[in-house]
Amino acid sequence: MRIRCPYCGERGLEEFTYRGDATVTRPETLDQTAEAAWVDYVYLRDNPAGPHREHWYHGAGCHAWLVVTRDVRTHEILGVELAGGPA
Amino acid sequence: MTIGTPTDQPSRLAFGGLIDRRLPLRFRFDDLELTGYAGDTLASALIANDVKLVGRSFKYHRPRGILTAGSEEPNALVELRAGPRREPNTRATTIELYDGLAADSQNRWPSLRHDLLAVNQLAAPFLGAGFYYKTFMWPAAFWEKVYEPAIRRAAGLGRAATAADPDPYEKAFAFCDVLVIGGGPAGLAAALAAGRAGARVILCDEDFLAGGRLNAERRGVGDKPAYAWAAEAVAELAAMPDVTLMPRTTVYGVYDGGTYAAIERVGDHLPVPAPHTPRQRNWKIVAKRTVLAAGAIERPIVFGGNDRPGVMLAGAVRTYLNRFAAAPGRRAVVFANNDEAAATTADLAAAGVVVAAVVDTRRDVPAATREAAKAAGALLVAEGRIVEAKGGRRGVRSALIRNRDGRDMHLACDLIAVSGGWSPTIQLTSHLGAKPMWDEARAAQLPGALPPGMAVAGAAAGDFGLGSCLAEGHAAGADAAEALGHDRSSGAAPVADDEPAGLAPYWHVKDSAGKAFVDFQNDVSVSDVALAVRDGFRIAEHLKRYTTLGMATDQGKTGNTAGMAVLAEATARPVAEVGMTTFRPPYVPVAIGAFAGHHRGKAFRPTRLAPSHAWAAERGAVFVETGNWLRAQWYPEAGETDWLESVTREVKGTRERVGVCDVSTLGKIDVQGPDAGTFLDRVYANTFSTLPVGKARYGLMLREDGFVLDDGTTARLGEEHYFMTTTTANAVKVMQHLEYCHQVIWPDLDVQMVSVTEQWAQYAIAGPKARAVVAALLDPSQDVSNEAFPYLAAGPVTVCGGVAGRLYRLSFSGELAYEIGVPARYGDALIRAIMTAGAPHGIVPYGTEALGVMRIEKGHPAGNELNGQTTAHDLGFGKLLSKKKDFIGRFMAARPALTDPGRTTLVGVKPVEPGARLRGGAHFVPRDATVSSENDQGYLTSVAFSPELGHWIGLGFLANGPERYGEVIRAADPLRSADVMVEVCAPCFIDPEGARLRV
Ligand SMILES: [Zn+2]
Repeated sequence: MRIRCPYCGERGLEEFTYRGDATVTRPETLDQTAEAAWVDYVYLRDNPAGPHREHWYHGAGCHAWLVVTRDVRTHEILGVELAGGPA
Repeated sequence: MTIGTPTDQPSRLAFGGLIDRRLPLRFRFDDLELTGYAGDTLASALIANDVKLVGRSFKYHRPRGILTAGSEEPNALVELRAGPRREPNTRATTIELYDGLAADSQNRWPSLRHDLLAVNQLAAPFLGAGFYYKTFMWPAAFWEKVYEPAIRRAAGLGRAATAADPDPYEKAFAFCDVLVIGGGPAGLAAALAAGRAGARVILCDEDFLAGGRLNAERRGVGDKPAYAWAAEAVAELAAMPDVTLMPRTTVYGVYDGGTYAAIERVGDHLPVPAPHTPRQRNWKIVAKRTVLAAGAIERPIVFGGNDRPGVMLAGAVRTYLNRFAAAPGRRAVVFANNDEAAATTADLAAAGVVVAAVVDTRRDVPAATREAAKAAGALLVAEGRIVEAKGGRRGVRSALIRNRDGRDMHLACDLIAVSGGWSPTIQLTSHLGAKPMWDEARAAQLPGALPPGMAVAGAAAGDFGLGSCLAEGHAAGADAAEALGHDRSSGAAPVADDEPAGLAPYWHVKDSAGKAFVDFQNDVSVSDVALAVRDGFRIAEHLKRYTTLGMATDQGKTGNTAGMAVLAEATARPVAEVGMTTFRPPYVPVAIGAFAGHHRGKAFRPTRLAPSHAWAAERGAVFVETGNWLRAQWYPEAGETDWLESVTREVKGTRERVGVCDVSTLGKIDVQGPDAGTFLDRVYANTFSTLPVGKARYGLMLREDGFVLDDGTTARLGEEHYFMTTTTANAVKVMQHLEYCHQVIWPDLDVQMVSVTEQWAQYAIAGPKARAVVAALLDPSQDVSNEAFPYLAAGPVTVCGGVAGRLYRLSFSGELAYEIGVPARYGDALIRAIMTAGAPHGIVPYGTEALGVMRIEKGHPAGNELNGQTTAHDLGFGKLLSKKKDFIGRFMAARPALTDPGRTTLVGVKPVEPGARLRGGAHFVPRDATVSSENDQGYLTSVAFSPELGHWIGLGFLANGPERYGEVIRAADPLRSADVMVEVCAPCFIDPEGARLRV
C-alpha cells in the first residue's frame, strides 16, 4: 500500500503506523453525564465495509498524523489530509 | 542421424541451439559425473546426457522425469548444492548450469534407482484422497507417535540444510513508469514500445535468457529468426538509459498501490555468489503502469501412466530441441488436442527423432498436422487416444494407443510429447482478489478484473499466436507510456504470423489403464478426484483441500485446469461452474532468507550503543539488551566470580561514596512554545505549568483509558521551554503519543516537540560524595551547594572547560545525586572525566542491575510495575491526579473499578526468614490459605538483594495493600517450588523521609 503524505509525497506502507478510527471526537466535558460519550470515544468503534477515515502516523517520515480515507474492502486510498487541518 | 555426438552427451544434437559449445561445464547428479554446456539448464543437460529418471514422487515414490522446461515444473525437483547451501525442491528446469554444479535427487532411499519406499505404491488404496482425514481418526495418540512420523519419513520432499545459510540476501526497492512482467514476445514488444516512447521501464524475466518462446520455436519475426529478433530487442533495450533489464527475476506478488514483489536470483547460477553480492535480492517495485506478459503454461492430457519419465509437454519438447539442442527421446509419439501436434512433429523430425505416431484427439485433424505427420513418416491416429504409457523406472517404453473404433495398438517409444492446450499465466491478476473468468472458446481461465494500472498482453490474455503477442505487447507498452504523458513514438509493431490453435478440449482419457495423474507433485490421480466427488466434494476449493490438488510447491500450475475439468466431467457440469481455487502470492516459492534479507542474527534489529559504550567495553562491562539498547549491566572486577558480588559492590560503593551510571538511554523530548506548559498539563496527570523555571518535577502520564502509560521527570529550562524524560522502553511510544495529542486533539496549542534522545549523553552521579565530583567537573564559579542548587533544581552549566551542558538534581537511587547532560559527542570524554574527577572519592561505575537494586530499595516503580495494567492508585500515586484540569485519562481513571481500594496496590515485602530468597512472579496468598487462584491476592513484580539491609526485598501488588503493612503472607511460586513467608511493608526500604536527597 502507498500513502501520499501531504509533506513527504507518496511513501510505502512500512513507513507508517496505523492507529484507528479518525471519526471519534474527544468529549469536551468531564461531567459524569458524559460517561457514555467517553466510553464511546475510548472503546466503541464502527466497522464499516467501505470507505473509512482512519489515523495513520508517518513515524519513519515527517511524524505527521494523517487522516487517511481508505476503502477497507479494496485498500483503495480515497484521500489523505493532515489530522490537524490543512498543511 | 544427428544424435549421438559428442559421446559424453549422447542425446545432444550435433548443431543448433542457444548453448555455447565452446564452454563445457562439468556437473554431478547423484553418482553421475556429467558434462553440459553454458546456456544449459540442469534439466536440458540431464536430457542431453540421457538421464530420464530425475526424482521420485511425493506420496507413492513413483519414478518421475522432466515434464516441462520452466518454473511450472512439478516433477524434476532436486536438492541443489550441499552442506549449509543445500536447497531442497529446486526445479531442474530453472537451474542454470554452472561448472561444478552438484545436485541430488530427493525423496528416495537408499537410491533413486532402488527406492525401497516405492512400496508406498502397493499401499495406494490407503493413500487416496482424504486419507489423512479418514485413516488416522483414532486413537488420537497414534497420530503423533506412529502415523505422522512414518508418513513424514516415507512421503515428503527434499531435506532442508541443517546449518545456517552462509550466503547473504538483500532487500531492494525500485520505481518505474512501466513494469513489464515477462520477456517473451509480448514483453519484449511492450518494453520496446514503452522504452522508445521515453518511459522509465523495468523488464523482469524469469529466465536467464530473455525471449521466452521466441527461443524455443522455429519461427520468424519480420525477416529474422525469432531468437535473433529477441537478441536484437534485448540489445536495443539494454542500450536505452531509462530501461532496466532484470533477468533471472520472477515477479511473485502484486500488492496495493502498484507495488510488486520480485525475487532476483543474483548468484544462484554460481556455486558461491560473487564477492559483495547477495545470493538473491527481494525487490519491491513500485510501478505506475504494468504490462503483464507472463505467457501461458501448457497443460497435459490425463491418461494412464502419464507421469512416467519420458512423458513430456510438447512445448517443452520443442524447447529442448530448439533452444538446448537436446533430444528428450529417440522415438516419439505425439499426443495432442490442438495444432501443437504439427510443430512438435516437424521439430522432432528435423532433429532426427523418429516420430512413430501422431495421436490426435480431434475428429477433423487439420491439414497442417496431417502433412507434418506424413512428412515425418508418422502414423496419424485421428480421434485417437493414448490409454496407457507403459514402461519401467527408466521411463516410457511403449504407448498403448486406441483408435476411434476402439482398436488398440502398441507402439514402442521412449518419448510421449503431449499437449492439452495452454493456460494463460494469470496468477498475478488475481493477487488483489479478482476472480478469473472461464473462457469456453479457449477452454482456459482468462484474467477477470485487473489490478489498477495493469494491462495484460499476449498469451497471458489468452491470445497465443506469435503475431498477436507482438502486436498486443507493442500496443500495451505504447498505451502505458502515452497514459503517463509520453508521445506515442514507439515505431511500428514487430510482425509475425499467428499460428493456428485449433483446440478441441479433451481433458482426460476416460478408458485409461493404470493410474492417471492430474497433479504430479502431490500424486493426485483421476480416481482421487472421482473419490472426492463420491464423498461429496463438488467445488474446486473443497476438492483442493480434500485431495491436496494444487497444494504442492508448484501450486498446480500444470495440473489445476485439468483437475477442474475432470471434476466438471464427474459432476456433469460445465467447467465454469466448478470454480477455481484462489491464487495468492508467491507465484513461485521464495526462500525465507530472501524475506529476511540482512535482518538476521544481530542485524535483526538495530543495536543502539550508549555514549559510554566504548569506555564500558574497555572496562570489561557485561552488557544487556534493553529495548534496542546495549547497556552495561554490571562492571566485574578482578576476583569477582558472581554477578551478585559485583552488583552488591557497586551498590555499596554508591551508597557509601559515589557512583556513576549512564542514563542516556532514557527518552528525551524537548518541548517548546507559548503553550508548552498548558500542553504538558494535558498530557501529564499532574501539573507542569506552575513549575518554576530552573526546577524539575516527577510526572505521571496516563493513557486515555485511565491506566498508566509512562513516567519520568520534566525540567523547565525557560518560560516556554521544557525538557521531558521518559522511560527507556517507552521513548518512541510517548513521542508518538505526544504528537497525536498535539496534532489530533489540540492542534490549536502553540507548541512544538522533538525527540533529542540521541542528542544528549547523560550521566547520573549519585552518593554522599556526588557534590564534590560534580563541583570538580563544572567550570569555576558555578555553585552547586545545597542552597544554590537544591534538590530538583535544573539548569544550564558548562563543564570541562566550556562545554555547554545541563545539570539536574535528580535521584533515582535515593542518594544525593545529579544528572549531567552534554551533547552526545562529548559523552565518551565526559565519562572519562567523571571517573578522573571521582577517583579521589572512590567513584564506582554501576550498571543497570545496581540501578535496579537501588530503585527497588527506594520503591520506585519501573517497567515491571508500569506494565499497562496498573493505575495511578495501584502505584500509590493517586494523589498526583490533578482535580483542577482536564488531562489524558482523567475521566476514565475515575471509574469506580479503577479506584476500588480492593485493587492490588504497590507494597514492599521482606522475607520473615532473613536468609530466604525472593523470586519475581511469585503470587501472594494469605498466610494459612492454600495456593489456588481463588486465594490469589496479587503478585511479586521486582526483587533484589539489598546490600544495606542484608536480605532480599521485593515490590509487588497486593489487594488492600496499604492496610496490611505488618501482615505476614505467603509468596508462592509453584513453578519453581518456592514458597516464602513475607512481611508486607511500605514500598520504600531505605531513607523513607528522603533526608539523603536533600543534604
Ligand atoms: Zn510525511
